[in-house]
Amino acid sequence: MIREFGLIDVMYLIAAARWTIALTAVAFAGSAVLGLALAILRILPIAPLRWFSATYIQLVQGTPLLVWLFLIFFGLPLAGISVNPWIAAAVAFSVYGSAFLGEIWRGALTSIARTQWEAGASLGLSLAEQLRYVIIPQSIRIAIPPTVGFLVQLIKNTSLAAVIGFVELTREGQLTAAGTYKPFAVYITVACIYFAMCFPLTQWSRSLERKLDVAR
Amino acid sequence: MSAGLTAMKYGLQFRDVFAAWESILDGVWITLLLSLAAMVGGLLIGVLCAAGRTYGPAWLRRIIGAYVEIIRNTPLIVQLFLIFFGLPSFGLRLDGLTAAMIALVINLGAYTTEIVRAGLEAVPKAQVEAGHSLGLSGLQVFRYIVVFPALKAMFPALASQFVLLMLATSVASQISVQDLFHAASIVQSRTFRDFEVYTVIGVLYLALAIGFRGLFALIYRLVFVR
Repeated sequence: MIREFGLIDVMYLIAAARWTIALTAVAFAGSAVLGLALAILRILPIAPLRWFSATYIQLVQGTPLLVWLFLIFFGLPLAGISVNPWIAAAVAFSVYGSAFLGEIWRGALTSIARTQWEAGASLGLSLAEQLRYVIIPQSIRIAIPPTVGFLVQLIKNTSLAAVIGFVELTREGQLTAAGTYKPFAVYITVACIYFAMCFPLTQWSRSLERKLDVAR
Repeated sequence: MSAGLTAMKYGLQFRDVFAAWESILDGVWITLLLSLAAMVGGLLIGVLCAAGRTYGPAWLRRIIGAYVEIIRNTPLIVQLFLIFFGLPSFGLRLDGLTAAMIALVINLGAYTTEIVRAGLEAVPKAQVEAGHSLGLSGLQVFRYIVVFPALKAMFPALASQFVLLMLATSVASQISVQDLFHAASIVQSRTFRDFEVYTVIGVLYLALAIGFRGLFALIYRLVFVR
């Protein structure tokens, strides 16, 4: 049965975008926790930890996100953990995103001058205190623009969760296209909704970057 | 999966997966073909659009700017679906491989435009002015002063974008292009060894990524390090 592609379908697509946003939020939270750990491990003066973090980042950045989605979707049940698409997608995106955030944040942390660490040490701060009170507060300002840029990547990449049956904007688009047989109109609408979510963030990231340049 | 099945002990077994090496190798070739075609096409578009955006008239700059923003703010898979499923509504029916190549070239073109433009802008204005004051024409300034340092400045970003693109070609499997990722689903349906298949495929993608990174590093050393 073929029905028309009408306003109601557009409303459904917009409604499905909330799952894109929800998955992005969960994935960002997971990526942030893992990514911060990776970034800090990468700058500690303990070689094995640095190697571990560097290898993890290289490994994840050298494989497609689709592979991670399928590995986790099929792999977790083998370990006796039953998964639904939500859990699989959340874990896969956290693994994937943490490698990119880890690399971005490492760059921000290492951009702080060596002398800042030394100043902290000469005040009697421990390594953890130097990080907590001297290095991290200064690097946050530098880290924000590329982090917002990463958020755009994340929103776009959640579209791949459709392949393991996670119903978000792209999957809803596929279902609507199959039902209405108007793929062009449907996917243009889907693209517009993604654009409406991503473009403001892109602009925001850019203006943050400009402000940072002026401040320097 | 039922509780009984999950409780069973599962032993990893790669033999059946390796037995299907021919399908997997076919997939590697398609992935390489897609990547190389997209890199060449994407770079070409990127250079043309960056030149247009840097030196062109205002209307051209605006069109190229819109192209870059639209592509960079929408997912690749949606662009792919639009071309593969959407264009037949206008009578333009493409096979999967062609559609994937077009989508990848258009997609990469937008990213390379930005990278090439940044590279062109990285050449100090004073050097360009120095060239003009020596009586060089616009083309000569471009040929002898701008191109080489600009290429050097943009090369690392370009290389990492190319590797990301190679990994992104896996999305083409979703319109039944028989690339490496598609090979995985074929072997999976034949052997039911999901986890093993995707592990092997993941390792192959990693090897390709490392190979491309090494190749780009080599090119950089040969061309730009004196």
